[in-house]
Amino acid sequence: MSRIEKRFESLSNSGRKGLIPFITAGDPVSDITVPLMHAMVEAGADLIELGIPFSDPMADGPVIQKANQRALSHGTSLHDVLDMVKQFRNKDQATPVLFMGYLNPVEAMGYEEFADAAQQAGVDGLLLVDLPPEEASEFNELLYQRDIDPIYLLAPTSTPQRMEIVSLEARGFVYYVSIRGVTGSAELDYDEIRQSISEIRKHTRLPVGVGFGINSPESAVKIGEHADAVVIGSAIVRMMENYGGEKQTVINAVSDFLRGVRDALDESIQ
Amino acid sequence: MSAYSMPDKNGHFGRFGGIFVAETLMRPLQELTHTYEKYIKDPDFLHELDEDLKHYVGRPSPLYYAAGLSREYGAQIYLKREDLNHTGAHKINNTIGQALLAKKLGKTRIIAETGAGQHGVATATVAARLGLECVVYMGADDIERQAPNVYRMKLLGASVVAVESGSRTLKDALNEAMRDWVTNVEDTFYIIGTVAGPHPYPAMVRDFQSIIGREAREQILQQAGRLPDALVACVGGGSNAIGLFHPFIDDESVEMYGVEAAGDGLETGHHAAPLCKGKVGVLHGNRTYLMEDVNGQIIETHSISAGLDYPGVGPEHAWLKDSGRANYVAASDSEAMQGFHDITLLEGIIPALESSHAIAYAQKLAPKIGSDGIMIINLSGRGDKDIQTIAKIEGVEI
Repeated sequence: MSRIEKRFESLSNSGRKGLIPFITAGDPVSDITVPLMHAMVEAGADLIELGIPFSDPMADGPVIQKANQRALSHGTSLHDVLDMVKQFRNKDQATPVLFMGYLNPVEAMGYEEFADAAQQAGVDGLLLVDLPPEEASEFNELLYQRDIDPIYLLAPTSTPQRMEIVSLEARGFVYYVSIRGVTGSAELDYDEIRQSISEIRKHTRLPVGVGFGINSPESAVKIGEHADAVVIGSAIVRMMENYGGEKQTVINAVSDFLRGVRDALDESIQ
Repeated sequence: MSAYSMPDKNGHFGRFGGIFVAETLMRPLQELTHTYEKYIKDPDFLHELDEDLKHYVGRPSPLYYAAGLSREYGAQIYLKREDLNHTGAHKINNTIGQALLAKKLGKTRIIAETGAGQHGVATATVAARLGLECVVYMGADDIERQAPNVYRMKLLGASVVAVESGSRTLKDALNEAMRDWVTNVEDTFYIIGTVAGPHPYPAMVRDFQSIIGREAREQILQQAGRLPDALVACVGGGSNAIGLFHPFIDDESVEMYGVEAAGDGLETGHHAAPLCKGKVGVLHGNRTYLMEDVNGQIIETHSISAGLDYPGVGPEHAWLKDSGRANYVAASDSEAMQGFHDITLLEGIIPALESSHAIAYAQKLAPKIGSDGIMIINLSGRGDKDIQTIAKIEGVEI
């Protein structure tokens, strides 16, 4: 059983909703990432989604695009991101870490080399935005063998047929993109999200996480009524924009925000 | 009978091509594939397309024997005059076709990316004609170096959005157009201007551009009485080159030369020549040769010509390179400038800087095919848009 599966099992047993914060590795500086990951766990994160910086993040809105540029401006590479997870694992062996990124940096390293390195570092899941399941079956075999879960997106445009295709390849959980658009944009349509999640559940028994556009305790609670976990990205990454050299200030701001979401989610289920 | 039948049903040209996009775009791409496959065989659609190409674009474009250039370079040189099309480049062959498909799909809004601005102008043109809203994404740097085309698009009623992210050129315009498409996918049709992007774009754009090669093949047989020895075309994303090459792929005696932008020189690293110097990766929805660093980050390209300033290339070119069917070479900024002046003075034709790369390579190729050897150069566009750039480089005030 992968660390992600275990985490969702225990969430389900305790009746809680999963909280998944997203940060871009190396944003705004390299040595903030590992302490920030620990602080987010402390503040109630159940999984951590770590972005691999890429020069052309096509599915991301301006906030996360800038985060990618900040991380790349001091040369954060996939090797560096793997090292960060390795460091994180020195103190935390329980919290699942999910990589989110684009295919090209992984392909440049090589599928097998990446899969080995990710396993050794303690990576638990991999979401490559531009690698649909149809192009991934060979790579997924390498991941399955190493207990790394390939995570797939489903979108408002996904047909039932696509839900079937995704459910065959996906492990860990399914990530529903709550909007038509890039990360951090648009208003959420809660009715559509509720309907889509119930449709998705007809095709997979995996837990469903929802992300893109959740930016407050209130929106997290509303999504949590239907989803098993909520992903929060741009709202956190935006806090890095004000970084002025004081790491602890940013870390505290992120922790306070996450704690607010955590409390709201926990209260909502009581 | 045609032996060549790439791509496969999932858009693969050997190991290249494919569909590498976010989930949100998978259904729209499938819809587009179905629509395209249906209409490309539909006699009514093809008739409508032919009529537009004839009466609106002005096809067939001439195949012109360039006597002056032939004498100067030492080979029999024919120019396929895509510069004479309405809007001044080959780009409109494709936008006419895709706009008709957009209409069939009931889309009300058209978006496009553009580098030199030729594709943007060709898109704004067909959108104006069909009464569709049009938004064109263009790198902020390109907006500066292609000001006349920007104004042209605005006159045609399009909004031009300056893209400030990344290298502020064509690749970033493509990223931004993709982001728009993901956001407005229900009512928006994305007209990609080159043979890159996810399936079905590389095949669809090729099919619309293949009119170039079909005409050229017929024309050269009529004018010279035989097939050419060589075809020469510039390659950025590769749409004018594939348009010329594709109908000749099964003619084994015809050599094909795609000319990339060598910028300051291939050895300097400041160029836009992924087929000559890149490695295989995934960008903008397809697997192909790319300009990237060891970590898989896309690197900034350089070319005097905005239309060639792109770090990737259409997957079919990657396949033609690996299979050995086509040759890929490069011409530098200064070689392209020389080609530009040669054809302007010898033929009275002011070419686009993109096409000038093909002229530059033709000079090197001529001695190899000899004075009786026949080559067709795709003169993909006219140079009016580049006058300011050229004057600036040469220190002339206009």
